[in-house]
Amino acid sequence: MNIVVCVKYVPDAQSDRSFESDHTTDREAVDGLLSELDEYAVEAALALNEAGDGGEVTVLTMGPEDAADAVKKGLQMGADKGVHVLDDAIAGSDAVASSLVLAEAIKKLGGVDLVITGLASTDGAMSVVPAMLAERLGLPQVTFASELTVEGGVARIRRDGDIASETIEASLPAVVSVTDQINEPRYPSFKGIMAAKKKPVETWGLGDLGVDASQVGLGAAWTTVESVEARPPRSKGEVVTDEGEGGKALAEFLASRKFV
Amino acid sequence: MAEVLVLVDHVDGTVRKTTAELLTAAARLGEPSAVFIGTGFESARDTLAQYGAAKVYRIDDPAVTDHLVAPTAEVLAHLVDQTSPAAVLLPSSAEGKEIAGRLAIKTESGLVTDATDVQPGDGGGVRTVQSVFAGNYTVTTAVTKGSPIVTVKPNSIPVQEAPGEATEETITVPLSEQATTARITDRKEKAASGRPQLTEAAIVVSGGRGTGGDFGPVEQFADSLGAAVGASRAAVDAGWYPHASQVGQTGVSVSPQLYVAAGISGAIQHRAGMQTSKTIVAVNKDAEAPIFELVDFGVVGDLFQVLPQATTEVQARKG
Repeated sequence: MNIVVCVKYVPDAQSDRSFESDHTTDREAVDGLLSELDEYAVEAALALNEAGDGGEVTVLTMGPEDAADAVKKGLQMGADKGVHVLDDAIAGSDAVASSLVLAEAIKKLGGVDLVITGLASTDGAMSVVPAMLAERLGLPQVTFASELTVEGGVARIRRDGDIASETIEASLPAVVSVTDQINEPRYPSFKGIMAAKKKPVETWGLGDLGVDASQVGLGAAWTTVESVEARPPRSKGEVVTDEGEGGKALAEFLASRKFV
Repeated sequence: MAEVLVLVDHVDGTVRKTTAELLTAAARLGEPSAVFIGTGFESARDTLAQYGAAKVYRIDDPAVTDHLVAPTAEVLAHLVDQTSPAAVLLPSSAEGKEIAGRLAIKTESGLVTDATDVQPGDGGGVRTVQSVFAGNYTVTTAVTKGSPIVTVKPNSIPVQEAPGEATEETITVPLSEQATTARITDRKEKAASGRPQLTEAAIVVSGGRGTGGDFGPVEQFADSLGAAVGASRAAVDAGWYPHASQVGQTGVSVSPQLYVAAGISGAIQHRAGMQTSKTIVAVNKDAEAPIFELVDFGVVGDLFQVLPQATTEVQARKG
């Protein structure tokens, strides 16, 4: 199958992430990396083609120059080729604009059987791009897969919700998002790292996709961030050491706050 | 007054608390109109009226309920087209957000997800508040384009009763072929735990690595408080508790009145899912665990000693 995996280069969630003066995510001050949740998507794509009849896995990203690192990681894991949509006008794009750029890139690639994404980015964390992509591409979406199989041109997933576990099917081509329960992403091997250097990566601008600069970026966003404030740190409350009465002290505290 | 569409979250007519929150928020922006999709409307009617639904659009079509999100997005797009609402409010569930995402594209409307507050904007539209980057920042956003679409996090809006007429209007919406391409072929309901739903619960008690796989004390303490049970990623990855109960960045995000973390160190991944809780309590053997930086009250100790004692004490106080 020809599978496209959409990946995002994000500021490391373990660092102190913050914002620029225009309220966009600060992507400079903090080291970036491939969004952890996208590794599961890359792994799912590789596993499908390894178990099936083969085919090509393309890693697709959009973002500043550094975002090429996210593509590189995907190639090191074993993807066949990469596409990086790089254009200054993209900066500040919201999910709506991002889904437009990604959808146009997927159309340009052509002949795609499956689009796979992670369950969310670890920065914006909206979880809406897969649905938006499906809407724009006119494809079915089967999202939050904790299992994924493809057989006879049908993608079948299992989705575990809080009240039910569902099996959902859709004919290919389709958009699938996978959770962190679906697999254990592989670490790039030394061989994989070396091989990745020779794999093709195409860099496309908005012009290559027929997207006008006015449709993307901060200025095109359909929402306007008015303010961003650091949450005041929680003031640390009383911490007691259990010397046999810790449970009682806990119950006492809860009673004092009317939880009991 | 312009209508505000609220997508009702229900299971066979049993309306989830989030819907009352959405109706309360909707009344700030205009006249709440509930959108009820599926069966069981008779049991839902009173609740919808109680929280201020002036109107209820009903659609009971298996083609909508048997397929994933796309048909619901088409139903809402149809209503947006018909009513030009001041806003569309949906629950911030995985499904709610996806419906919202599709609807935003269809109707060319601004979208905000995981809002913790919704108010009218100064010059029209709506103003939302979100908590981002693991709860470390508060973002205020104006949504003016189209019919603003907002998904609201459960437990964010204090519900207010406000009797409404709940006038019924049954609608039919022709669905596109494309909307019915992802089909739910099997559905296994999970055994009811008898506990409140995790995202809606007023109290959540979560267990982590420190449980060593034994959630007994965590569940018993939760039950003494009438709480939902959550788990850290470490506990879920170890297979000790179901993924649907995972609190954190890759699980659900909760905002209860009280959050109790037992045997959870408090890594950023976990904090992202609970940092906005009103009161936080932790029990952990390690006095240096980062979770203690967040707590209103903490006990350094063995959860297998502390929780059973606390459970007994809570039960005694309740009589």
